[in-house]
Amino acid sequence: MADNKALLSVEELKVYFRSEDEVARAVDGVSFDVGREETVCLVGESGCGKTVTALSVMGLVPIPPGEIAGGKILFRAKNLLDFNDSDMQKVRGNQIAMIFQEPLTSLNPVFTIGDQIGEAIQIHQTATQSEVVERSQQLLKDVGIADPAQRLRDYPHQLSGGQRQRVMIAMALACDPDLVIADEPTTALDVTVQAQILRLLDTIQKMRSMSVLYITHDLGVVSKIADRICVMYAGIIAEQGNKDAVLKTPKHPYTQALLASLPNREKRGQRLYSIPGTVPNPAYKPDGCPFHPRCQHTIQNCSEQYPGMCDYGDGHHARCPVLFEGGKGNWCD
Amino acid sequence: MNEMGSRNATILQVDNLKKYFPIRRGFFQKITGWVRAVENVSFKIKRGKTLGLVGESGCGKTTVARLILKLLDADEGQILFDAQDITQLDEKEMKPLRKEMQIIFQDPYGSLNPRMTVGQSIAEGLKISGIHNRSKQNQRLEKLLKMVGMSPASSDRFPHEFSGGQRQRIGIARALSVEPALIICDEPVSALDVSIQAQIINLLKDLQSQLELSYLFISHDLNVVGYLCDKVAVMYKGHIMEYAPADALFDHPFHPYTHLLLSAIPDTEHKIDAELNATADEVSNTLNPPSGCSFQERCPLNEERCKHNPIEFEKMGPDHLVRCWKVARNGSY
Repeated sequence: MADNKALLSVEELKVYFRSEDEVARAVDGVSFDVGREETVCLVGESGCGKTVTALSVMGLVPIPPGEIAGGKILFRAKNLLDFNDSDMQKVRGNQIAMIFQEPLTSLNPVFTIGDQIGEAIQIHQTATQSEVVERSQQLLKDVGIADPAQRLRDYPHQLSGGQRQRVMIAMALACDPDLVIADEPTTALDVTVQAQILRLLDTIQKMRSMSVLYITHDLGVVSKIADRICVMYAGIIAEQGNKDAVLKTPKHPYTQALLASLPNREKRGQRLYSIPGTVPNPAYKPDGCPFHPRCQHTIQNCSEQYPGMCDYGDGHHARCPVLFEGGKGNWCD
Repeated sequence: MNEMGSRNATILQVDNLKKYFPIRRGFFQKITGWVRAVENVSFKIKRGKTLGLVGESGCGKTTVARLILKLLDADEGQILFDAQDITQLDEKEMKPLRKEMQIIFQDPYGSLNPRMTVGQSIAEGLKISGIHNRSKQNQRLEKLLKMVGMSPASSDRFPHEFSGGQRQRIGIARALSVEPALIICDEPVSALDVSIQAQIINLLKDLQSQLELSYLFISHDLNVVGYLCDKVAVMYKGHIMEYAPADALFDHPFHPYTHLLLSAIPDTEHKIDAELNATADEVSNTLNPPSGCSFQERCPLNEERCKHNPIEFEKMGPDHLVRCWKVARNGSY
């Protein structure tokens, strides 16, 4: 897994949350790489651990109650988990930036757009006031906001949802990061605006040769932007691989079920496949494969042994031995 | 209500519905302008069928829903429910009809009283429909919960004990408690995870065929609309731009706005139409609409004539209406 070319390499990451009487294993042994100029999508339903994974990369998991119980996060071959606060401060926002889901709550309502973009620049770089204004204007222009000089004087409430998300992207780009983590940045937006923001991210990524770790629950969005996909379920990666491999020839029952449960026009008149049951509580995950109580292909082993990653070649892995070469996949203890 | 045999095939007919909201400014709250939320909206819903109402946020979808339920009074136009015009009815005359029309909301968290048990919430509806006898109430409650796929034991629990999908089921059970003929579904699956969304969509379809329910399905998700709806009305800034059977709309869309929406669907098949989206900005407010076509600012086909005359519906096929003179003349987009 430790590919030297990867910009970000997460290895066997475990993040637990402890409360008085229980341990929620939110992320439970997750490994994936993000290569240079690559877009990797973390897909999964709410509670699957995708956001916690992203927050750990940013060093933003609150400790306690959170706890990094194991693993490594290698960014440019250095383990971010060994960094102290001030080292991490230099990475965060500077080399790795984050875009959040709700632009209105992530922007401070009492400061102007200009103040907030300027702050992002000044924290990490030395620049005079006029340089900061100039950079801010250029950033707004890059993210497709008309009349940037005027917009810098606006407050967040004066902008529309799409414009606010563009401002968030501008702030993330302020220090020319190598990696941008986008956590459901288009979920709150209209489809037409979503299409614009996705196109914008794509253009900017190419222009600045960044890597993007994109977190979403929307498989439609994934099919538009991803190079590679990691499908998460209950704190583990169920399947990962190149976009087409995962979406067209899914090898894990969970991915297959997710795709089958998407409504669209072609399925009219047919019943949608619906996955029975609900996502398990991270504090009370079933033994063995966490998906086995909801799975169509469950065998005896699934509730007793932990499934191993099965290799389908070309970076396509699925954690389901039952479907691998007629059930010949390996099991862990 | 009419007898079974002579029942009206059309459960709801809306004709030229109009609603303006005043904008008041200054010390004397003088009216300084009007928001034209709904303008000349007409459609029909047949018994046992589903009409989809789609459009971006702010286009007037929810206002239409509130007008139909008489939570707002229409300025002009008629709402015929089972061939009876309800716009002129007073509160007392409206009361028996309220049972016939129910609504389920997007946010199942916000639409259930947190201090009432599920049973109490649903029993409210039963009391209104005249079932005061405790044991009869319990019988009916049990049946309703079973109908939406929940165990009868749920009735003693509180809303916070349930997941989003279960709460949506409770909302549906509550709507069904008064045995309505029409249910307005206001984005009922937008807040749900993919696997849960499929369960709720299947449930809505099952209930429709069991109880011959009619739905007005409000959504911005064209994948869901394409799967679920028989007819679709596309709304933009208070106007219906295109109104057609779902198959016709998806196979042969005419209006440029419909094209824009379809091209923005994030799914595995459609490509984002860059050219069309380049002209796309968010729905600007409905405050001072231009004269002529309301879509002209974003329309790639825009020309002089669009600015002047109000644009009328043109018939493009059986039941297929389009509010665009240009595609009507050319016969295609």
